[in-house]
Amino acid sequence: MKAVITVVGRDRIGIIAAITKVLADTHVNILDISQTIMQNIFTMVMLVDLSNLNCEFSRLGELLNEVGKELCVDIRLQREEIFTSMHRI
Amino acid sequence: MFDVNDILETINMISQENLDIRTITMGISLRDCASGSAKELCRKIYDKISFCAKDLVKTGEDIERDFGIPIINKRISVTPISIVAEGSDSENYAIFAKVLDDAARNVGVNFIGGFSALVHKGYTKGDKLLIKAIPEALSTTERVCSSVNVATTKSGINMDAVKEMGLIIKDCAERTKDQDAVACSKLVVFANVPEDNPFMAGAFHGVGEPECVINVGVSGPGVVVKALKHLNGADFGTVAETIKKTAFKITRMGQLVAQEASSRLKVPFGVVDLSLAPTPAVGDSVAHILEAMGLESCGAHGTTAALALLNDAVKKGGVMASSYVGGLSGAFIPVSEDSGMIDAAIRGSLSIEKLEAMTCVCSVGLDMIAIPGDTPASTISAIIADEAAIGVVNNKTTAVRIIPVPGKTVGDVAEYGGLFGKAPVMRVNPFSAEAFINRGGRIPAPLHSLRN
Repeated sequence: MKAVITVVGRDRIGIIAAITKVLADTHVNILDISQTIMQNIFTMVMLVDLSNLNCEFSRLGELLNEVGKELCVDIRLQREEIFTSMHRI
Repeated sequence: MFDVNDILETINMISQENLDIRTITMGISLRDCASGSAKELCRKIYDKISFCAKDLVKTGEDIERDFGIPIINKRISVTPISIVAEGSDSENYAIFAKVLDDAARNVGVNFIGGFSALVHKGYTKGDKLLIKAIPEALSTTERVCSSVNVATTKSGINMDAVKEMGLIIKDCAERTKDQDAVACSKLVVFANVPEDNPFMAGAFHGVGEPECVINVGVSGPGVVVKALKHLNGADFGTVAETIKKTAFKITRMGQLVAQEASSRLKVPFGVVDLSLAPTPAVGDSVAHILEAMGLESCGAHGTTAALALLNDAVKKGGVMASSYVGGLSGAFIPVSEDSGMIDAAIRGSLSIEKLEAMTCVCSVGLDMIAIPGDTPASTISAIIADEAAIGVVNNKTTAVRIIPVPGKTVGDVAEYGGLFGKAPVMRVNPFSAEAFINRGGRIPAPLHSLRN
């Protein structure tokens, strides 16, 4: 199963480091990362593979939310199908 | 791989533009519950709903979390109770409404539809008893919704039922006068009712439907408004194209959720209802779409044309996005549930007559409209007759969900809160239709119903 993680918020040091630590701890493999800064707003989109995930999907969402709160950024974890179904025929 | 802009577009639709799945509605057949004993029937109804829908709310919440798309309502529709209860020994059908209410509470859904009767050609014993019980049922339960179909293109308009529904609506209003006649917001009078509509208050599980089925209703007026705001001065071809593309995306979301819910619950997928359903939230208004096309205020001349374009483009975009489309499928124009409609009614640009014209080109009918509490029952019946005539002659669904608010008159506002919103009391034509309504009988089916 694949999922998309999106991170939006004010740029600061250590956002990617904190998130990738959670992913490494939960055995999530990163397939693709794209990151930009638009008008001081940090935007990152990450495609991840959850086939070796060592906890529940909902637990991963909670862990990312905790990191998001600490960093004051908005983190979303959503299954990939929502994007493929909306944008590809 | 993936396109960052596409991903951000989807996320913006959800977080900024109120894109959501309005409802996952599980249709449950209660035909096998029929019993001569009312007590036994109540027990069977409760048990069957509790069993079939036990995982509905949890599954909805799981899907919401996994995909990050809000699913606002999880609901149930059942076989019309007039059919299920007909063989029972009870003469008071309000007890069955009570059971539906209890079962809905037990499984955690906010509405259950199907306290319904189909009387377009005439009444059976069960239909009579059910309609008689509607005021008590809706004023003593919280989650039960009721609907009555009084006309079809094939059979014409049952004017006896039209007359009776005027009286029933008045009775519902009177019994809930302390809450601005809230019972009327749970009662819909239909012409050409669809049997697979997932939206309340008009949902029921038709007799041609399977044992159990999942239907999904999508939403997303805010997404369409946003898309149109970038199109200043563009011609109508461009406007229609933009709405089509947006409707496609919205509906794909509905299709995904419907398939996912169907496979997780092991219940067949029925239809996606391609409707733009507004809510009172800011930025979730169908009226604002019409205004974004260039009208100063919804209800201005040009509104019917704008709505016709919108309704058609939503269907054209949506139909390719889903494998099965059904229900009402079109744009909804409920006054109290749409902040743009509320404003338009208050500023005097939107009248009942204009709304009636708008119902000729969109999916439903006169929906969630408050009228003065002293409106005679015969006038309400006449409003229903007009709507039914539009539906019957134009081969489409029309409906009336109208609220005569006791003690209130034009200029007042009825407050319901939540998804039902607030309804400014609108002016009704003061001239009488009493002698017309008192004729009774049936208006024959139109010539073009003879298609064989």
